[in-house]
Amino acid sequence: MTTPHSHGAPATLDAEPAVPSWRLLATLGLAGALAGGMIVTVYGMTRPRIEAHRAALVESAIREVLKAPARWDTLYLVDGALTREVAAGTDARRLERAYFGFDDAGAFVGAAVTAGEPGFSDVISLIYGLEPTTGALLGMKVLGHKETPGLGDKIEQPAFTGQFDGLLTPLAGVKGSTGMPNDVQTITGATISSRTVIKIINNATERWQPLLQAYLRGGTE
Amino acid sequence: MSEHPPATFDDFLRGVWRENPVVVQMLGLCPALAVTNSVANGLAMSMATTFVLLGSNLLVASLKRVIPHEVRITSYVLIIATFVTIADLLLEATVPSVHKQLGPFVALIVVNCMILGRAEAFASRNTVSRSLLDALGTAAGFTVVLVLLSAVRELLGAGSLLGVDILGPQFEPWVIMVLPPGGFLTLGIGMLLIGWQAERQQRRTAAARAMEAA
Amino acid sequence: MSDLTWILISALLVNNFTLTLFLGLCPFFGVTGKVETAVRLGVANIAVMMITAVAVWFLNAFVLVEAPYLRIISFIVVIASLVQITEMAIKKISPALFRALGIYLPLITTNCAIFGLAIFQTNRGYGLLQGLAFALGAGLGLTLALALMASIRERLDLAEVPSLAKGFGISLIIASCLSLAFMGFAGLGAG
Repeated sequence: MTTPHSHGAPATLDAEPAVPSWRLLATLGLAGALAGGMIVTVYGMTRPRIEAHRAALVESAIREVLKAPARWDTLYLVDGALTREVAAGTDARRLERAYFGFDDAGAFVGAAVTAGEPGFSDVISLIYGLEPTTGALLGMKVLGHKETPGLGDKIEQPAFTGQFDGLLTPLAGVKGSTGMPNDVQTITGATISSRTVIKIINNATERWQPLLQAYLRGGTE
Repeated sequence: MSEHPPATFDDFLRGVWRENPVVVQMLGLCPALAVTNSVANGLAMSMATTFVLLGSNLLVASLKRVIPHEVRITSYVLIIATFVTIADLLLEATVPSVHKQLGPFVALIVVNCMILGRAEAFASRNTVSRSLLDALGTAAGFTVVLVLLSAVRELLGAGSLLGVDILGPQFEPWVIMVLPPGGFLTLGIGMLLIGWQAERQQRRTAAARAMEAA
Repeated sequence: MSDLTWILISALLVNNFTLTLFLGLCPFFGVTGKVETAVRLGVANIAVMMITAVAVWFLNAFVLVEAPYLRIISFIVVIASLVQITEMAIKKISPALFRALGIYLPLITTNCAIFGLAIFQTNRGYGLLQGLAFALGAGLGLTLALALMASIRERLDLAEVPSLAKGFGISLIIASCLSLAFMGFAGLGAG
């Protein structure tokens, strides 16, 4: 890059005493250590609140889709089967999970699972409650989406989500009311978004129902 | 350049209008367009950016004699990334719903060229007090643009301001305004207005000069 | 549609990085004078994005498992170093390619599209293959947006633009139209 005419620029740089490379490394090391220290301190201070918020979010979603169970257990999916205990050494945060809800008498009411698939513009994710034996839904809540405001975002409004309570899977999307036990009325102007929600639940049920049933059979021994 | 010019009000004012980061220098466009679909989001992004800008200018100005010239950019980036992480954690701890709305765009403050630009162009060669004023001014200029943009977009796109319904139920929202094209369009029309104003002023001064000459 | 195809199509068209996520706007408005330049910058971006995707996947899977709060700081440092190393490697291996891409590589370091890729990839929990598909889609999408913008601006040089709209104003209005057109791709993934 150096041309004969550009001698001026390096000369002015040379005028300053060259900084030894150990000082450069030391500065960067110190800056990195300081940065790390500050971040870890703030993280320590904010962590309890952040974790409380996240837990509250999960809790309210489970309460909503399992119709306020008295308590629930978290089960993890390990090697194609549900298990209550995760073997030491595996990271539970990365495992898929199902929440088993129980009523006041301690009877099993249903399981909540999360699922997501591409919708109109991006992935729609939701959580829903399922009674594994009959395949009936307890409730549904949309967790995240990027659908069009005013049209596709109606999938998270009660007028749409309320329909799912008590329906039988597999669901079918229809226009207008038919009164059938597995019909969901799609939203006018947001057919793709509504159909995606139905598809997500059907696909997830197809996958989770056998797993949940298998666990329940094993658990009643 | 004198060694230590005192902090002046101009250090603040310059960033607000004459060297406005967004509409004059075209920096920080990504957050200016991505999160201005509602006033609440625009305000939250402005506050987070202000925090990072103040923090980075403060540290860069106070450490300017310690940081060797060769590794200055890397050090500035480290400083900025630290403040962005802190802002991200604080937002999630205090207002989780806003944090969810802004999503990945809080982390993206780190690549907002405006912040690195102020560190390199101003804080690295000026006093702490002047750098703080400069940060405040730049942040104010950024905030003004974001609030104006988000106000126009939310009002037309959702008929509301800060979530409060303004235009009533008979107003059919221009949904496109809160979608990505609306962001480009609103800023584009804003730039046209600024260009029109500048032209009018030029014509006026030219006319005044012609009068004087005559 | 398979998972990988959807990720690629989504990043390329439905959720185009530049036109719907506003990432990489600096080159989009700054380096789109000529189509050839724009495409070259885009190709350089694809390369850096693929490398970044692998690096970010590695960091997420093995280094940052216990310390997710150090993400922002480690991503930015790793990306900056990677771009430098890529630059040096290209210079050594293919001086011709370096001359073609060389001046664009430093520009990429401060490009928010690269960092955005890292953050989005992390937030969506993509694995290695998914990350690579995402990077390819995002890079192609950026290249497409740059090329479209550049070809329109080449035409614009011959058009009579009102003086008050010259420069940034008209570019934003064009970007708005392009973004509107890309909204037509919504719904491609569902079906």
